[in-house]
Amino acid sequence: MNSDANPLLALAWTFALMSLFAVGGASAAIPEMHRVAVDVQHWLTDRQFADIYAISQLSPGPNVLIVTLIGYSVAGIAGALVATLAMCVPTAALALYVSRLLARSRQARWPALIQAALVPLSIGLMGASGFILAWTSDRTVAAALVTATAAVLASVTRLSPLWMLLAGGCLGFAGLIG
Amino acid sequence: MGWRSPNHRSRFFVMPPDSPPDAAPAPDLSTSASPSLIALFVAFAKMSLSGFGGVLVWARRGIVDQHRWMTADEFNETFALCHFLPGPNIVNLTFVFGSRFRGLAGAIAAFTGLVGPPVVIVTVLAALYQRYGEIDALRRILAGVSCAAIGLLISTVFRMMLPLIKRRDLIGTVILAAVFVAIGLLRLPLPAVLLVATPLSIAITVVMRWTDAA
Repeated sequence: MNSDANPLLALAWTFALMSLFAVGGASAAIPEMHRVAVDVQHWLTDRQFADIYAISQLSPGPNVLIVTLIGYSVAGIAGALVATLAMCVPTAALALYVSRLLARSRQARWPALIQAALVPLSIGLMGASGFILAWTSDRTVAAALVTATAAVLASVTRLSPLWMLLAGGCLGFAGLIG
Repeated sequence: MGWRSPNHRSRFFVMPPDSPPDAAPAPDLSTSASPSLIALFVAFAKMSLSGFGGVLVWARRGIVDQHRWMTADEFNETFALCHFLPGPNIVNLTFVFGSRFRGLAGAIAAFTGLVGPPVVIVTVLAALYQRYGEIDALRRILAGVSCAAIGLLISTVFRMMLPLIKRRDLIGTVILAAVFVAIGLLRLPLPAVLLVATPLSIAITVVMRWTDAA
């Protein structure tokens, strides 16, 4: 876990390890990414981390792209590629292996049981992600209001998320968020 | 990521564990035209590039509704598997899906389609950010977008919690809250928390199923 030697190795090791514990997907791993990238490795500041999260949300594609951005800010394009592959390939290989195993031995009860047990864990992790991100980046009342409004609108309406991101960007540009 | 229909899980549970998988002739319809490697790449690139704030909705739309490469049930089962395995769900799904049709080459083609184009886009954005990140207007816009994005994440959590609340799943809610406190408030390292919480949660679920069945 020491970042002194080769930053690419540190990235590969960090994200390969992290992905193995990322139950519930990349969003659930955000607290861990924050802890490692900001507190442990000092790759990013709090503000840079929040910015990177915003950029990853602004661009299309899977949520795992936040890892690409962390890699890029540590070691440029090579860092972006290494971090992305380290986060994706080991667990994808595992998924492939397990899916073939299950296709052969068709024990439908166990996947369902384990999945049921993991559901509260992954929701708790994602809740913690939202909380930590809100805590570190909503510095003003207006900012917290925008977050709350987007949360409510996305929960009760079928509005495309894109509109809320756009509205947030406009409010920010107008200097209303501070 | 936030996609999870309430009836999807219950359906999964009612299914008898020993139901013969090959009895239904349905897959012939869905898998009649096995997609080529290029078709896999293009389809996943399209899904990925339409996926602002999560690809899963688009993946389901593309695989089930548009291309009919899988039935809704097949998709649900594949996703359920990928959801309880570690790693980015949608990446796992892409890999498993691609391999089902074209082996490892199919997995790599689908994965490259899913991740390749957005990685290029996001890297360009990152380069712009590194160069112009200190410009005030850009900083303000990003701050606004980030506030809204966090709100979207919170709403996903809310939608995922709904089935638990509807079922009055007290134990699930307690586990959920404990994980939230450990990670969100106490900031404990994730591996340690999961090493304790995962076996505990599985054990509780198994015991509950037994007592329910008895």
